[in-house]
Amino acid sequence: MGTFELLLQGFGVALQPTNLMWALVGSVLGTAIGILPGIGPALTIALLLPVTTALAPTSAFIMFAGILYGAMYGGSTTSILLNTPGEAGSMMTALEGNKMARAGRGAAALATAAIGSFVAGTIATLCLTFAAPAVAELAFYFKPTDYFAITALAFCSVAVVMGTSRTRGFISLFLGIAIGVIGIDTMTGQARLTFGNMQLLRGIALTVVLVSLFAVGEILYVASRYRSTPGVMAPIKGQLWMTRQDFARSWKPWLRGTAIGFPMGALPGSGSEIPTMLSYTLERKLTRYPEEFGKGAIEGVAGPEAANNAAAAGILVPLLTLGLPTSATAAVLLAAFQNYGLQPGPFLFTSNPALIWGLIASLYVGNVMLLVLNLPLVGIWVQLLRIPRPQLYAGILVFAMIGVWGLAGSWVDLTIMLVVGLAGYVMRVYDFPIAPVLIGLILGPMAETQLRTALAAGQGNPMVLVSTPLSAILITLAVLLLALPIFLKRLRAHA
Amino acid sequence: MYFSKTLAVLAMTAALGTGAAVAQVNVMLPANPGGGWDSLGRQAFQAMNDAGIYTGGVNFTNTGGAGGTVGLAEFLGTASGQPDSLAVFGAITVGAIALNNSPINLAEFRPVARMTAEYLVIAVAADSPYNTLADLVAGIKADPGAAALGGGSAGGVDHISLALLAQAGDIPVADLNYIPQTSGAETVTAIVNGTLVAGVSGTSEFAQFAEQGRIKLLAVTSAERRPNLPDVPTFKEAGYDVEIANWRGILAAPGAPDDNYAMWVDNFTKLSQSDAWKAVLEAQGWEDYFLPGGEFGAFIAEETERQGQILKDAGLVN
Repeated sequence: MGTFELLLQGFGVALQPTNLMWALVGSVLGTAIGILPGIGPALTIALLLPVTTALAPTSAFIMFAGILYGAMYGGSTTSILLNTPGEAGSMMTALEGNKMARAGRGAAALATAAIGSFVAGTIATLCLTFAAPAVAELAFYFKPTDYFAITALAFCSVAVVMGTSRTRGFISLFLGIAIGVIGIDTMTGQARLTFGNMQLLRGIALTVVLVSLFAVGEILYVASRYRSTPGVMAPIKGQLWMTRQDFARSWKPWLRGTAIGFPMGALPGSGSEIPTMLSYTLERKLTRYPEEFGKGAIEGVAGPEAANNAAAAGILVPLLTLGLPTSATAAVLLAAFQNYGLQPGPFLFTSNPALIWGLIASLYVGNVMLLVLNLPLVGIWVQLLRIPRPQLYAGILVFAMIGVWGLAGSWVDLTIMLVVGLAGYVMRVYDFPIAPVLIGLILGPMAETQLRTALAAGQGNPMVLVSTPLSAILITLAVLLLALPIFLKRLRAHA
Repeated sequence: MYFSKTLAVLAMTAALGTGAAVAQVNVMLPANPGGGWDSLGRQAFQAMNDAGIYTGGVNFTNTGGAGGTVGLAEFLGTASGQPDSLAVFGAITVGAIALNNSPINLAEFRPVARMTAEYLVIAVAADSPYNTLADLVAGIKADPGAAALGGGSAGGVDHISLALLAQAGDIPVADLNYIPQTSGAETVTAIVNGTLVAGVSGTSEFAQFAEQGRIKLLAVTSAERRPNLPDVPTFKEAGYDVEIANWRGILAAPGAPDDNYAMWVDNFTKLSQSDAWKAVLEAQGWEDYFLPGGEFGAFIAEETERQGQILKDAGLVN
C-alpha cells in the first residue's frame, strides 16, 4: 500500500469525533503551556502520562502531538508581548517580536508567527509523511555499531553544544548516564547501583527524573528569582492581519526556516533552540532591511517561528522510525509509547498502522486547529499571563507530585523526585545544562546495549565499532567535535 | 484543563480506594501494564466474570521488574497466609529467580493452575546459507563464537531453548555467543541486518516477518507442528530432542487456607473449560496449556530443576 492510501486511512482515524476532540484538547493545552513561561511540552506530557493510561493509545498520542505543536505556537505569543520566551524555541522571536509589539505592530508579529508556524508545520508534516516510511526501512540496515556511533555523536554534540562549558555539559551528561544504569542490567540480569533496594531494581523512570528536573528544579529556580513586579505587557495594537508588504517579507523566511528546522530537529541534541538561532542569523544576513534588525524586523519573527515548528515535526522522524529520541520532548513521547507496551520503530508501521498514520494525519488537523486558535483568539490566550505566579508555580509543584505518585504509587519515586529536584535547582543556579542529563539517561542504556551487542557479535574486536561506513563517519565526527576546538585553541596560542 | 485532569486522577484514586475496600480477591501482576502476564491476569478474571464462575470484586496490583521476582517478593510480604490472594507468573520467573539470586522459592507458594503457553521458533535471515536446523547446528558447531545467537533476556526461555538445542547437538553450552535483545522485534531486526546468525522468539512475533519474506523459520519447539505454521518442522523432527514452551500460570499465597485454595483451583479448572476462556485464547493467540493444582506444583519443581541445570551449564549461575 502506498504512503498516500495509508495517510488517507490515517485521516479516517484522526477525523473520528473522539480523536478530533483529543486533538483539540491537546492543541488548547499546548497553546496554554506554550504561553506560560516555565512549563514546556515535555513536562506537560510527562505529567499527563499517569492519567492517559485510561485512554486508547491513538487518542493519547493525538493529544500529545497537539501539545507538541501547540507549545510552539503559544511560545511566540509570550515572546512577542512580554519579551520573555514562553518556550526555549521562542527565544529568538522575542528579539524582534517584542520590538514590533512596542512599535505598535504586535498584531502583525503575532500573525506572521502563527501563519509561519502553520506553513512550516504543514510542510514539515508533509516531509515527515513521505520520509518516515523510507527511514523506517533503514532500521533493517543499521547495525548495532551504527546505532552506537549515532549515540556517541549525540553525546558529544549535546555535551559540547549545550550549556556554558563542555566540562559542565559532560558532567550533566554522565550524571544522566549514571542514572540510566540503575536497575537490572538487561543483558546479564545483574543489579547495578540499587544498593539492595528492591524498588530500584526496576530502574528510575525517565518521567520521574524529567518531572523532577523541570517541575521541581526549574520552578524552585524561577521562584528563587521571583520579583513581585510582573513584566510589562505590550498591548496588541495594529491591524489583526498582515499588510501586503509584511507578506512579501515573510514568505521566504517561512520557507527558509522550515528548511533549517526540519532536518535540524531530526538530528540528536539540536532541540528547537539551535535551528531558531540559525534561522535568525540567516535572516539577518539575507534581509534587504538590515537597519530594521534589532528594532522590529518581521523577518526575524517569521524565520525562527517557522523553524521551531518544523523542528517539532523533525524530532518525530527518528522517534517514530528508529525509536531514537533527539530531544527531551521526544524522550517523553518515547516513554509514553513504552507505557503502552509499544516500541516505536519500523515494526510500529506494520503492526500498528492505525496509530502511526492516525498520529501523522492528526498533525495536519492539529495545525489547522492551532491556526484558528491562535490567530483570532490570541486576545483570550493573553489573559493566561495574568495568572499570579505564586499560585501557578505552587500548583505545578502539586500536580508534579500527584503525577509522580500516580505513576507507580511508590514512596521511593517521591524521594527520588525530591533529591533530583534539588539537584536540578543546584544545576540551574550553577549553569549546568539540563538537556544532557536527559539525553544521557535516555540514550545511555541504548548506547550501552548497542556497544555490547556490537562487541559480542564481533567477538570482542574493537575495530567492529568502525566496521561500517556510517559508523566510521559518525565516530570521526564525534572525535572531531571533541578535539577540534582544543586543537584550534592550541594552534592559535602558538601562532 | 489541568484542574479537570487532576479531578480525574483523584476520582480514579478514590475509585481504586473504594475498590480495594470491597474487593474479594487481590491479584498481583508482577509486570507493567500491557505485557503477557498483565493480560493473562485481567483476561482470566474477565472471562471468569463473563462465565459466571467468579463475579466478585478483583483488585489488581502491577509491580513489574526482574522477571516477576520484584512483584512476587512484594506478594510474599503482603499476602502470606491470606485467603483470596493470587499472583500471575511464568516460565521466565523460574530462570530469573536463579539468575538474580532472588530469595524467592517458588515451592513456598501454592500452585493454582498453569493456563497458557506460547511455543518458540528459531529463525535465520532470508538470505542465510542455512536452510534446516541441522545446517544451522553444524554451522554453530564449526565456530560457536562467530555464530551470534539472540532472543529475549539472558536466562529466559529463548536462551534456555538455545542451550537445550546446543546440548542436543553436542555443542558446549558455555561456548554459545548469546546476545539478549530487548524485544522480539529487535531480534528480527538483528537477524535481518546480519548482527545475529539466528534468533529465537515466540511464534506470534516471528510469523508475520516470515510472511513478509524477511526471515526463514527453521523449527518450532512444540511437540507437534503448529496449525498456523504447517511448513515449519519441530525440533524433534529435525533431530534434536528439545521441547519447551513459554508458559504462564497462577499461584496462591504461601500458607493460604486449604478450603480457599481448593476453591481457586476449582474456579480456574472451570474457567479452563468455559467458552469465555476459549474465546480469550483465540483472540490473544495463546495455546491452552492447562494443568491444575498439585500437578502444576510438580511441573514447577521439574522446570526449576531443568532450567537451573541449563543455566549452570551455560555458565550463567554457579
